[in-house]
Amino acid sequence: MSAPGRALVRERDTFPKLVRINAEQMPTKVAIREKDFGIWQSYTWRDYYEQSRLIGLGLAALGFARGDKAAIIGDNRPQLYWSVMATQALGGVAVPLYQDSIEKEMQFIIDHAEVRFAVVEDQEQVDKLLHVKRQSPHLEYVIYDDPRGLRAHGEPFLMSLEQVQELGKKFALDNPTYFEDEIGRGAADDVAIICYTSGTTGQPKGSMLSHGNLILTARNAAEREGLGSDEEVLAYLPMAWVGDHIFSYCQSIVKGFAVNCPESPATVLHDLKEIGPTYFFAPPRIWENILTNVMIRIEDAAWLKRKLVHFFLDVAQQIERRRLLRQPVPLWRRLLYPLGWLLVYGPLTDNLGMRRIRLAYTAGEAIGPEIFVFFRGLGINVKQLYGMTESSGLISIQNDGDVRLDTVGTPLPDLEIRISEGGEVRYRSPGVFLGYYKNPEATRQTLEDGWVNSGDAGFIDHDGHLKIIDRAKDVSRLADGTIFAPKYLENKLKFSPFLKEAVCIGQGKPYVTAFLNIDLAAVGNWAERRNIAYTSYTDLAQKPEVYDLVHQEVVRVNRSLLEDEMLCGAQIRKYLILHKELDPDDQEITRTRKVRRGFIAQKYAPLIEALYSTTDHVGVEAQVTYEDGRTGMIRADVRIREVEPLTPEPAR
Amino acid sequence: MNETPNGRPLLEVDGISVHFGAVEALDRVSLDVPRGEIVAIIGPNGAGKTTLLNAISGFYHPVEGRIVFDGADRTYLRPYQVAALGVARTFQNVALFKGMSVLDNIMTGRLLKMNGNFLLDALYWGPARRQELEHRAFVERIIDFLEIQAIRKTPASRLPYGLQKRVELGRALAAEPQLLLLDEPMAGMNVEEKEDMCRFILDVNEEFGTTIALVEHDMSVVMDISDRVVVLDYGRKIADGPPQEVRADPAVIDAYLGVAHA
Repeated sequence: MSAPGRALVRERDTFPKLVRINAEQMPTKVAIREKDFGIWQSYTWRDYYEQSRLIGLGLAALGFARGDKAAIIGDNRPQLYWSVMATQALGGVAVPLYQDSIEKEMQFIIDHAEVRFAVVEDQEQVDKLLHVKRQSPHLEYVIYDDPRGLRAHGEPFLMSLEQVQELGKKFALDNPTYFEDEIGRGAADDVAIICYTSGTTGQPKGSMLSHGNLILTARNAAEREGLGSDEEVLAYLPMAWVGDHIFSYCQSIVKGFAVNCPESPATVLHDLKEIGPTYFFAPPRIWENILTNVMIRIEDAAWLKRKLVHFFLDVAQQIERRRLLRQPVPLWRRLLYPLGWLLVYGPLTDNLGMRRIRLAYTAGEAIGPEIFVFFRGLGINVKQLYGMTESSGLISIQNDGDVRLDTVGTPLPDLEIRISEGGEVRYRSPGVFLGYYKNPEATRQTLEDGWVNSGDAGFIDHDGHLKIIDRAKDVSRLADGTIFAPKYLENKLKFSPFLKEAVCIGQGKPYVTAFLNIDLAAVGNWAERRNIAYTSYTDLAQKPEVYDLVHQEVVRVNRSLLEDEMLCGAQIRKYLILHKELDPDDQEITRTRKVRRGFIAQKYAPLIEALYSTTDHVGVEAQVTYEDGRTGMIRADVRIREVEPLTPEPAR
Repeated sequence: MNETPNGRPLLEVDGISVHFGAVEALDRVSLDVPRGEIVAIIGPNGAGKTTLLNAISGFYHPVEGRIVFDGADRTYLRPYQVAALGVARTFQNVALFKGMSVLDNIMTGRLLKMNGNFLLDALYWGPARRQELEHRAFVERIIDFLEIQAIRKTPASRLPYGLQKRVELGRALAAEPQLLLLDEPMAGMNVEEKEDMCRFILDVNEEFGTTIALVEHDMSVVMDISDRVVVLDYGRKIADGPPQEVRADPAVIDAYLGVAHA
């Protein structure tokens, strides 16, 4: 445990300084790996420093000045992490962007942050930036890592990272100590990165985080969680997201542990198995995906295996459920567990690449209890945490041995939480951001006297655990005053392996309704087994058989509401399966897959109207945006189904 | 036209005819494929596109005319001899080894580059081992290039059609060809797969400097990526030139849309 308010010593108060110390103290220890050409290529801390140094010197040769901003865009690559470090070493600010952003979104951030340099992964990003550059007054250089398909471009502002490093070598001949001198000039209060949050409403806001914010947060969390220098993590979540920055950059540098970059986004689960991380982070969506995959594979197994797996998974989940509820576990189940480990849990975790995990987190959204219990039941130490960009990514984490279903744990060291009169969570810590870049208005609303208004409704329970209910502005009431927490319902719906997204509607309405998205992989597989032919998502979604399937899931959710007196009035009464998948390109959900309610309410107003009328189907037209920014129209006839409300049984 | 250093196109087809019984599949067709260019051969069904490709790769031998590859007459070579000269191809109907993994399929493309020694290969020792590693490294570069890392170990038969086509391209590339013949690389693909394939074809051309002759049915795709377009109809060449010119050629419009244009 650390003393509150501990300051950073001058020699270790920025990431470049820390990398330099790592390079001196553990020069041959692996800092980062990348799977390339089918082989894991390792780079030591000395390599990390040297590579970053050459990039930094090259940028300096191109005229990079203190305070300049460099956009970083691409999948997780060592070269991009080095570029972050190079930027910071020169006193610059890294601005990571989501790699799947469309041009318009990139344009906004690059203009807003006045980005002069962009370091990107490959041609896909270069193509977008070439368009952005035409209209952007600030962007001067576009630097890419993978030269494929780019050799023919002759533009002087376009160059490869290798060329930049060559420039750096030449620059170093005349300025041998330039890089080290610049690192020395850095200080804890310098802005290290600006993280643009995708924002469920309006334009993205850029949170400025200083070296001090990030180092203290990373260190406090690492010390409380007992992270060492021998951890292995997989860096596969977007670099633009503060979580990846904390785990794969900040904590890795602070503790000196190794980061592994997968070969491609499509190989992540396979690479996970090869690396066998000890420290793993995944948002609920990924845990759910893994679970769905496991379930599909089990269904394909032979009868005996299937029965065996189901039996032991059930045992594990019963045990875990009781543990989480602090209830005694019957002896016979405890005796069965080692057998289950031998036959099922061990081989399964091994196959998933999760056998070595000591510490795993889930955050971003509430995780379905069934998913949480599944993984914990397998013996994987999954814990919930709560955080946001404005807090340098972390606010509270569940302690080992004190994990519960419905809390997000206790505050980090040096972090204070208060609940406002309106029920909103507020916090103060050394990790609290410096403000939103060029947005004093938003900063004023969020940051008051060092306290951040989180925008989440929550409370602290009698054990000191923080519980989050929903976004403060999303907890609402039906027309008759019944409490309605849409996200709570949606999370319950999304636990179904057949449902990918759900949007519940009901504020000021007579009853609750829902838009659903089926999971194309799972439902498609289900349909194939039953010889149900379909052509596309739209077609499959509207099959009566699929509605029957989904109906059971909705009824299941309604039934689970009966257990809670306060929420049982908010059962889903009507639903429809949307004709298209909600997509960040269409701005229906954010890049981190949070539902944008306002936008959806507006875009699908006719559908909502139909849900509150007596009709049983409705025609729709929707605009879809393709990856390259072009748009097209989808037309469909969408069915609406009613659900009989359940009433609590008087006695069971 | 881009002429080569020694002044000759990589491939010259000079007035070849191919007959199947009484059917004249190709009637005195000539075309040049200059080094480093992408030449598309298009035409309606039955125009003789695939026959032309088969004649170039040695499956059929023309009854008249000459095929000159890299400055020497190659009219009467057999397919394996053509392959050894540096001509690789893909097929209209994917012709992969179904039960073999993607990696192994592409590895077979290296066959002509391997100097096998039965005993050493069996022992996986000395030069055999070194050679195997070199070939594997080359194949990995192709896998990386075609972005198929995720399916490296997947049996070919389990892949969707679009990916099988990509693997087939990979196998052709493994032979490090000077001339790559693609037979309907985009057939049966959806729009997105087509766009991906276009990108790969352009990248192959740019990255490896490979000269490419491709047969394609879909005219719009071809116009975007080729330097030159040759149009066949009923075994005869009816147009030859840059895409913009060919697109506007009345004879081509007739062949594709019927003769009803105003």
